[in-house]
Amino acid sequence: MKKIIALLTAVLLLSALLAGCGGGGKTLTLNVYNWGEYISDGSEDSFNTVREFEKWYQETYGQKVKVNYTTFASNEDMYAKLSSGAVSYDVVVPSDYMIARMRENGMLLELNFDNIPNYEYIDKSFRGLYYDPDNKYTVPYTYGVTGIIYDANVVDEEDVGGWELLWNDHYKGNILQFNNSRDAFGTAMYKLGLDVNSTDRDVWNQALAELKAQAPLVKSYVMDEIYNMMESGEAAIGAYYAGDYFTMIDAQADGVDLRFYYPERTNYFVDAMCIPSCCQNKELAEIFINYMLSPEPAIANAEFIYYACPNTQVFNNDDYIQEMGAEAMEILYPPMSGFSSLYNQYAFRALDEQTQDYVNSLWESLKIN
Amino acid sequence: MKRASKIYTALVMVFLFAPIAILLVFSFNDAKSLSVFSGFSLHWYRELFRDDETLKAVRNTLVLAVSAALISTAMGTAAAVGMNRMRNKVLRQTMDSVTNIPMINPDIITGISLMLMFVFVGRLFGAATSLNFGTMLIAHITFCLPYVILQVLPKLQQMDKALPEAAMDLGCTPLRAFFKAELPEIMPGVITGLIMAFTLSLDDFVISYFTSGNGFQTLPIRIYNMTKKTVTPKMYALATIIFFVILTLLLISNLYDEDEVQKRRAARQIRKASKEAKT
Repeated sequence: MKKIIALLTAVLLLSALLAGCGGGGKTLTLNVYNWGEYISDGSEDSFNTVREFEKWYQETYGQKVKVNYTTFASNEDMYAKLSSGAVSYDVVVPSDYMIARMRENGMLLELNFDNIPNYEYIDKSFRGLYYDPDNKYTVPYTYGVTGIIYDANVVDEEDVGGWELLWNDHYKGNILQFNNSRDAFGTAMYKLGLDVNSTDRDVWNQALAELKAQAPLVKSYVMDEIYNMMESGEAAIGAYYAGDYFTMIDAQADGVDLRFYYPERTNYFVDAMCIPSCCQNKELAEIFINYMLSPEPAIANAEFIYYACPNTQVFNNDDYIQEMGAEAMEILYPPMSGFSSLYNQYAFRALDEQTQDYVNSLWESLKIN
Repeated sequence: MKRASKIYTALVMVFLFAPIAILLVFSFNDAKSLSVFSGFSLHWYRELFRDDETLKAVRNTLVLAVSAALISTAMGTAAAVGMNRMRNKVLRQTMDSVTNIPMINPDIITGISLMLMFVFVGRLFGAATSLNFGTMLIAHITFCLPYVILQVLPKLQQMDKALPEAAMDLGCTPLRAFFKAELPEIMPGVITGLIMAFTLSLDDFVISYFTSGNGFQTLPIRIYNMTKKTVTPKMYALATIIFFVILTLLLISNLYDEDEVQKRRAARQIRKASKEAKT
């Protein structure tokens, strides 16, 4: 009796382990791995992208598809999950530097653009970027530029312009700095006109000296705490992504008047859709990517995420422009001329391990003081 | 002195409950902010119930917590009964320590080692994905088990050993004796174990994080992943609802807790007796 029960339990556990491994059935499955809050999900009466895709696919191809949509919080988290070999995703949306790393490690599949005719909607400036020089692996999803947010009721208009504002000792105790080494060093390096992807230790030492000079002025080192601190007027100056500035404006307290500008040299990022090598159904994944580029979902996603969208059908669309408003359009979409060369020059790339370790040690020495 | 202790208690209460109170208040905020309250509204509650992916995550979390709690309680109770009957002291103590390992082990080690094992076994069978609901369930049972055993074992030790023997003397089969005599005796321990397993599974992040696969994400993981943008106030609404559900369950279980009732009755009698003794 005991042995039978033990055996049954063992079989049950094993079958639970293996359940879901075998495909089969008529319903196709598509595993999508994206950033959290990075797709129009039907909230506030918006377009529910995932459900609409399932509906559209069934109408078009007469077959049911189930989208398993899961999220990640950082590129590193996503990379760890994928490289553990324990999961299989069909579409992932990493950022540029991580795409470069995955491509070098052979973790991405070449796309078959016959299945992605909507790729023609992507602005020509997004071709030949460093992470995918031959445009074989990626379809850009969103992009953004770091700028400086300030409270016009505290900051004098004369002081505005350039990264110097974050070093202005008039505003001691009102300045926020990034709480991650890459972005924080970036602000100092752009200010000094240094190469943010340098492997030269002297360059990093110079940036550290600049950050140390700034440290007494800084209220605190923050990541997404910046939202509450800027909205409530607790701090008056901070650097963050353009799209997030609008989230802050929406929630700013009375007596706070947030404004935004781009310094001359700054960071750019592109998040792009790609197909990882563990993909189980490449054609379906390509159909999904193509669907994401078609106007209706693309516009809905751009409105939901509030980052800039590289899709010409989106940023030239009248309804979209009206919905976003003139100010948002101007800030989110700075002039595109020379985008690729600016991007290739200023965007953060993956640092080699030695440089990364060195930067981390400098960062720790800054934070300890 | 008495006043000092009252102030101290009040302070502790404030620190414990102020964060929850703030969350509760801002879940009714009209705007998205956590610092500016711009008006009362049920907006975020409405949004919450429209958010398919979050509701799916809630469902996943509950299904996982309930199944992990039930299975680990059954297994843990059985294990405790077995361990209680072991005659060999060395073996018994070894078992005791071994079952405690998942409890003492840092979550991150349990999580990573389980993930590695699942990947290894999955590869052995040539599966493309080795992490899914099943693996997460196994992981949750693993870390819940020692807590159940810890709750049940002392109850078994308190129990009169003659009880099951008497039942069998009166003609019960061993199995029947267990269910009729032993189980009711240790029931409070089993229930506490069940509740502990449920809550542990419900709010586990680290182990779930490492053992979650495609298509099955629990609520803590989903909330964590919102940090690229801000966490939306929908989550405050959800947390408020969960808080009240747990609070109600807690109140109900306290009201109906036999032990508590008896203790209160006993305390009242003692007080009465001491009063009478004084007069």
